[in-house]
Amino acid sequence: MTGTLAGHPGLPRLLAGLDQSGRTMSQSEHERIHGALPHLSAHELIDAVQASGLRGRGGADFPTAVKLRALAARRRVSAVVVNGSETEPASAKDRLLLSRLPHLVLDGAMLAAEAVGAREVIVKLNERAASSLHAVAGALPLRQRDPVPVRLIAAPDGYVTGEETAVMHFLNGGAPIPTFVPPRPFERGYQGRPTLVQNAETLAQLALVARFGPRWFRELGTVADPGSALVTISGAVADPGVYELAFGTPMTDLLAAAGGATEPLRALLVGGYFGTWVDSASALGLRLAREDLRSVGCQLGSGVLIALGESACGLHESARVASYLAEQSAGQCGPCVHGLRAVADSLEALADGGAHPRERDRVLRWAGEIRGRGACHHPDGAVRFVESAIEVFGGEIEWHRHNHCTARPAGLPIPASASASASASASAFRSAASEAKR
Amino acid sequence: MSRRLRVNPIACEGHGLCAELLPELIRLDDWGYPIIEPTEVAPELLGLARRAVDACPTLALLIEEIPTRDG
Ligand SMILES: Cc1cc2nc3c(=O)[nH]c(=O)nc-3n(C[C@H](O)[C@H](O)[C@H](O)COP(=O)(O)O)c2cc1C
Ligand code: SF4
Ligand code: SF4
Repeated sequence: MTGTLAGHPGLPRLLAGLDQSGRTMSQSEHERIHGALPHLSAHELIDAVQASGLRGRGGADFPTAVKLRALAARRRVSAVVVNGSETEPASAKDRLLLSRLPHLVLDGAMLAAEAVGAREVIVKLNERAASSLHAVAGALPLRQRDPVPVRLIAAPDGYVTGEETAVMHFLNGGAPIPTFVPPRPFERGYQGRPTLVQNAETLAQLALVARFGPRWFRELGTVADPGSALVTISGAVADPGVYELAFGTPMTDLLAAAGGATEPLRALLVGGYFGTWVDSASALGLRLAREDLRSVGCQLGSGVLIALGESACGLHESARVASYLAEQSAGQCGPCVHGLRAVADSLEALADGGAHPRERDRVLRWAGEIRGRGACHHPDGAVRFVESAIEVFGGEIEWHRHNHCTARPAGLPIPASASASASASASAFRSAASEAKR
Repeated sequence: MSRRLRVNPIACEGHGLCAELLPELIRLDDWGYPIIEPTEVAPELLGLARRAVDACPTLALLIEEIPTRDG
């Protein structure tokens, strides 16, 4: 399912004109709905983005205008990279944009490329996203008026392959694994030159800001969180899918947009596998807004929401996810490699009833010690997830020691070949899907 | 200018030499990898910190200079 909250004024924006057919929107249809790509000077575009308050939708929540300005001030920018990796297993929004609305994302990339003076646009996709690859490849030849050439690159799946330094390393011919910072991509990225990396949804939003302006953008959302967001809702809801919602929307309306809960809810996972479990009692009182989410220690991240029903076991589900995240370590940093494995094993032992409840204190100590000690933020996201699991489901540890847990698996998605680690050799992985150089 | 110790965790192999040389600012986690005090390096420890940096066999230990407002 895709859609929005029925009857919400001003929505959909990004998803305007999209039906349930699964068809890719043609360029003419796209221009009929949104109008042609406008021409703005670098200053005009960056000022509009700044006034809009747009922030990155890839998870780091960074103000987009700040990044654009930093790049525009540098010479010899090599590329704008559309980060379409979407390696978060429970997220589907970037795939939806790229497979159904490729022209909207490409418009945003072109505007950004002109604003920062980039020589090319590189669309970096996950090789598993077949329909996105197909749709973008089909869209490129139609874009005759684009100011810079576009290349489409497919890269292997793996949780950390979407991290921006991993993207740079891969584009530069290495394995899709993160590198030590500095340098960050805006300093030294693709071809060793400054590079703008932006999430696919961020660029789609930017394409609308450029057309309709910051005031229009702020007609939806809150002062601190203007605009709309794509949220992938799954778990115990009737119609899981990607929904476009205004910031400030109550959590209960988010669930209603996805057809409502299918059973009483135990908790919500906000922000995906780098996110935070929130007890359903507190979660249902929140709005989709940074200030509300922060009050319970969470962030929207890449816009993933998973509803956990009371029939599921939060401890077991969390142990599975923690184990997946440990497996997804790029294997480079001691605290990430050993720490995440240890934390995941302990969480599993606690869920299976085989560990003394004091093990929980050890997990929390490890989590605190691991935080901030990897080259990238993978371990930070993983320990935040684990800490929240213990906070929300910790009261069930004692019960699991003395009882056999018969909860049904809740089906939190874990990619099949999760153990095919991203650290395998780069050349085996490299697969440029298509090139459209003009 | 304030100075902080930092480890490049990709380069670090957990030899633990740094923690031996500078226990004031570095301890080891349960797997032998260094945990650095997040505070700035006090002037009287700077000499020892430089020695630990030089002793790291993989060049993983760094002193980062962070510009402060008053320089
Ligand atoms: C482990 C890890 C995985 C990430 N995966 C993705 C991803 O799949 N897609 C994405 O857009 N950003 C991902 N990011 C965030 C990127 O590093 C980067 O912040 C983002 O692409 C910048 O774009 P934005 O400012 O438009 O959000 C990931 C970050 C981390 C730490
Ligand atoms: S922190 Fe983990 S995922 Fe990130 S670079 Fe180091 S080993 Fe890889
Ligand atoms: S001496 Fe160097 S390699 Fe050894 S633990 Fe310290 S930083 Fe790591």
